[in-house]
This record gives sequence, C-alpha cells and structure tokens, in this order.
Amino acid sequence: MASLKDLRGRINSVKNTRKITQAMKMVAAAKLRRAQAQAEAARPYAERMEAILASLGAAVASTPGAPQMLVGTGEDRVHLLVVVTADRGLAGGFNTNVGRLARARIRALEAEGKVVKVLTVGRKGAAYLRRDFASRIVGEITFMGKKRVEFSDAEAVAVRVTEMLEEGEFDVCSLLYNRFRNVITQIPTDQRLIPAPLPEGQVTAPAAAGPQAQYEYEPAEETILATLLPRNLAIQIYRAVLESTAGFYGSQMTAMDNATRNAGDMINRLTLNYNRTRQANITKELIEIISGAEAV
Amino acid sequence: MATFLLELVSPERLLLSRQVEMATIPAAEGEMGVLPGHAPMIVTLRGGIIRVRENGAETERLFVGGGFAEVSPERVTVLADEATPLANLSRAEAERRIAEAEAALREVTAEDTEVKRDAALERVLSARSMLDAAQAA
Repeated sequence: MASLKDLRGRINSVKNTRKITQAMKMVAAAKLRRAQAQAEAARPYAERMEAILASLGAAVASTPGAPQMLVGTGEDRVHLLVVVTADRGLAGGFNTNVGRLARARIRALEAEGKVVKVLTVGRKGAAYLRRDFASRIVGEITFMGKKRVEFSDAEAVAVRVTEMLEEGEFDVCSLLYNRFRNVITQIPTDQRLIPAPLPEGQVTAPAAAGPQAQYEYEPAEETILATLLPRNLAIQIYRAVLESTAGFYGSQMTAMDNATRNAGDMINRLTLNYNRTRQANITKELIEIISGAEAV
Repeated sequence: MATFLLELVSPERLLLSRQVEMATIPAAEGEMGVLPGHAPMIVTLRGGIIRVRENGAETERLFVGGGFAEVSPERVTVLADEATPLANLSRAEAERRIAEAEAALREVTAEDTEVKRDAALERVLSARSMLDAAQAA
C-alpha cells in the first residue's frame, strides 16, 4: 500500500494538473469565440462566390476550352489531398479524426490503383501521416506562431495548389478538414476542389437558365473565370482553415473540460484512499499501544 | 428615389449591406455607375474607389483592391479582394505595397505565362490606385 507521503504527493500533482486543464479550457473558450466570429465573418463572401461561380460555371463548363480548374484534366489518375489539421494537440480526437479519414482515403485510392499526393496544412496532420505515408507527402504548411489566419495565408496555399495543377502534377484535388458543426461536434469532411463541383442540374442543363437572368460579362466569361477560380480555391481553403480552427478550439475545450472533471474524480478517489490509509495507520498504532499496555 | 441593395463583402467580413440609390464601382474596363434596375452583369474590378450615394448625397467611399461584382436589377454584390474605408487608408502602407508589387513585377520574365505577367502588373496598378485613394481621402 502506498505511503501517506506518496498519496499526498499524487493528490498535489493531480490538483496541479486540474488547474492547468481548467486554465486551458478557459483559454480555448475565449479563443473559440474569436475563431467562430472569424469563421462566420467569412461566410457571406464564400456564399456569394458560390452563387456567381454556379451561374458562370454552368455557362462555360460545357464549352471545349473550359479551364482545368473547373473541369479538371479529364483524367482521374493522380489525386492530391489537402489535409487541414491543427498545429497543436491536446484536443481530444480532433487531429486523429481527420488523420484517420485521410488514411482511409489514401488506402482506398491506392487500392484502386491511383497515385496519391498529400499536402498537409497544420503540424499535427503532417506528424500523423508521416508515419505511414511519408513518401506521398509533397508539402507541409503550418500557420504556427500566427495569432490568426489571414486570407493571404490561405491564398498562399491556393497558389501552391494552382502551380501544381499547372505543372500537371495531379488530376483531382480534395480538401480534408474538420467541419465545425457546434462546439462538441466536428465532422471530418472530404470536399472536392478540382474539378469544381457545380450544383447539380445546372451542369446537365446549362441552357435552361429559367428564372435566372442571363448575365452580361465584362470582360468575357473565360477571363472572369480565370481570375475567379483561383480565388474560389483560396476562399474554400480559407473557409476550411477557419472552420478547422474553430473546431479545434471547440474540441480542445471539450477535451479539457473532460480532463478537468476526470482530475476532480481522481482527486476524490485519492483523498478517500489517503484518509483510509491514515485511519488504518492510527488504528494500527492504537492496537499496538493497547496490546503493549496489556502485556505489561 | 428608388434604391437597390448594395452588398460589399471581403473574404474576411461583410462590410456593407443596405439600400442605396447609386453606386460607382471601378470595373476592369472603366468606372461604372449603377442605378436601380441595371441590366444583370458580372464584372471584374480593378483597384479603385467604390462610391455610395444615399438620400442624394455621397455617403461612403471605400477602396477595393480588386475583385468581382454581380449586378442585377435589385441588387449589387461586390466581392472585393480587400476593402477599406477611405479614411482608414494609410499612405505609408500604399507606398510599401507599390514597392513590393514593383519588385515582384521586375522578377517576372518573358518566359512566364501571360496570366502571371498580367497578375503582376495588375498588382502594381492596384497598389498605385491605393495610393491615389489614400491621397484623395
């Protein structure tokens, strides 16, 4: 049985841990609020962008000279996965969930005989995937040390992807990230970026504009698309990074809340144990004294 | 007077969403004044100033660094790469950007694609218009 001193030491150490997890929970809650506000602020732009892209893309997708970013290379051989995770851990299953999704995707694609390349955004994803798929990783990007992720950071990622597309290094590009549903739920999501997914129905019937007005374009559709598509790519990545950040803090908050509660339980158990041991020691001493006195 | 809904969004936030009488937007092929009932259009923007008219007076001036605008009879949606109210622009920042953009332009060689050259030139022009806008404020 552990001595009283040992028990006291353990209780103190768990108490310290609880203080730390509680502080981390508080910090995560504060940062979550900020990250959530940022993610919400970015939403209108992404929504309007989608609307414009839908009307524009439908008109151009069926023409022969449509840009690669919209219709892809016409092949389906090399897949690029952009995996967005956090830079830090201590957030429950947050990073592992995306990592696991990525791993399943890579395995499935390779089983079909496709070539997979991985671009990781965030330190943890890189660390997770390097173990099994080091040879597939073509790049690692982190936003470590940044207070908040700016649009220009996401743009840099998009530029990287665009360059790879222009070099013909992949045919299909998907984005894997944790979608922020609410504070406790983050959904690992697999979203296709290239070829750009167009809303259903419009692809098959581009001429049937119906109630939607026919737009005039200035400059021509192709020129607008040439600037709009890279921008759309950047905004999708930006949104994923923001959602992932918000999700990370949500997940960390939940994880730290659990940790705090568990530490509390543990302290209770240890304290009980400590008191029992103390009581046992006292009883033992009393017995010794009494039996000693009787012997005299 | 008739109004339409003007929405100005940048990737980082929604800057403006309200009924206005007229908006002047810096379209790539020339300034464009938009009144209610305008024919539907999608245009690209160059760096310049968006002017907003409400109740017969110019109420807002914002610098945009480029982007897109979708015009329809009842609403105008401006997707700006970045947007700053004129009052918040700083000349030093604009000058720094011009220097940066010009350096980037010098690095572009004839071998690069046309798209790349255009983008670099576009950046310089956008930065210069930012300085103009800062001086106008």
